[in-house]
Amino acid sequence: MNYLPHVSILAAAFAVGMGAIGPALAEGRSVAAAMDAIARQPDAAGVISRTLFVGLAMIETMAIYALVIALLVLFANPFVH
Amino acid sequence: MIASPLTAEVLFRLGPVPITMPVVVTWGLMAVLTLISVLATRKLRLDPGAGQAALELLIFSVQGQIRETLQADPAPYLPFLATLFIFIASANLLSLVPGVEPPTAHLETDAALAIIVFFAVHYFGVRVRGLAGYLADFAKPTWIMLPLNLLSEVTRTFSLMVRLFGNIMSGVFVIGVVLSLVGLLVPIPFMALELLTGLIQAYIFTVLAMVFIGGAVGQIRRK
Repeated sequence: MNYLPHVSILAAAFAVGMGAIGPALAEGRSVAAAMDAIARQPDAAGVISRTLFVGLAMIETMAIYALVIALLVLFANPFVH
Repeated sequence: MIASPLTAEVLFRLGPVPITMPVVVTWGLMAVLTLISVLATRKLRLDPGAGQAALELLIFSVQGQIRETLQADPAPYLPFLATLFIFIASANLLSLVPGVEPPTAHLETDAALAIIVFFAVHYFGVRVRGLAGYLADFAKPTWIMLPLNLLSEVTRTFSLMVRLFGNIMSGVFVIGVVLSLVGLLVPIPFMALELLTGLIQAYIFTVLAMVFIGGAVGQIRRK
C-alpha cells in the first residue's frame, strides 16, 4: 500500500495549522497595539491604519508561505510518481 | 477533483508555444486599460466631467501617497507605481468576472511583476545616486552586512511574489470550493471578501514597491 497520499494530506493540514498559529498571534497583537494608538491619538488614525495594513500584509506572508508549502505537497509533490 | 492552482490551462498553441489562460487574460486586460486611458485622456478639460474627475482622484491619491512615503517629488515614480497599482487592482478584481481567472492567481504573472519591481528599484537607485553611491549603500552600516543586504534583495522580491500569489490564489480557490459545495448565493460573501482582499493586496504591492524604491534612492533609511 502506498502511504504517500495520506502522509501528504496530513502534512499539508499540519503545515497550514501550525503555520497559522504564529501569524494569528502576531496579527492580534499588532491590531491591539494599533487600536491602542488610535484611541490615544485619533488624529493619527489614517497613518496608523495605513501602517497597520502594510504590517499585517507582512505578517500574513508567513501564513501564506505555509499555504504555498501545503499546496506544493498536495499538487506538486516531487515524491509522488 | 479541483485542478492544481500551480498549473495554468493551455487554451491554444501558437506554433510550438502554448498560450495559457493567464496570458490571454493579461493581454486582454492590457488592451482594455490602454483603450480606457486613451479614450479618457483624449479630451481633457479644465472643468472635468465625472469620468475625468474619478481618474484624477485616483492619480492624485497615488501621487499623494508617493509624496508622503518618499518625501520627494512624485513625478518620476508616478507612471510606474500608478500603472502597477491600476494593473494589479483590475487584475485582482477579474476574479468577480464569470469565466475569467485573475492572472495574478498564477505564479508566473506575480513573478513577472516582482521582477519588474526588482529592476525598477535598481534603476531608480542608480539614477538618483549614481552607480558608485548606490553600490556603496549595500555595505552599510558595515561591510559585514553586505551578504545580508544582497540576500534581502532576493528574498523581498520572492516574498512580494508569493504574497500576491498566495492571497489572490487562495481567494479564487476558496470561492471554487464553496461553489462546488453550494452553488446559489452562498459564495457571494466570499466574493465580497475577495473584492476587499484584491484591492488591499494591490495597495500593499504598490506601497512595498514604493518603500523599496525609497530605500534605493536613499529617502528611507535602510533597515
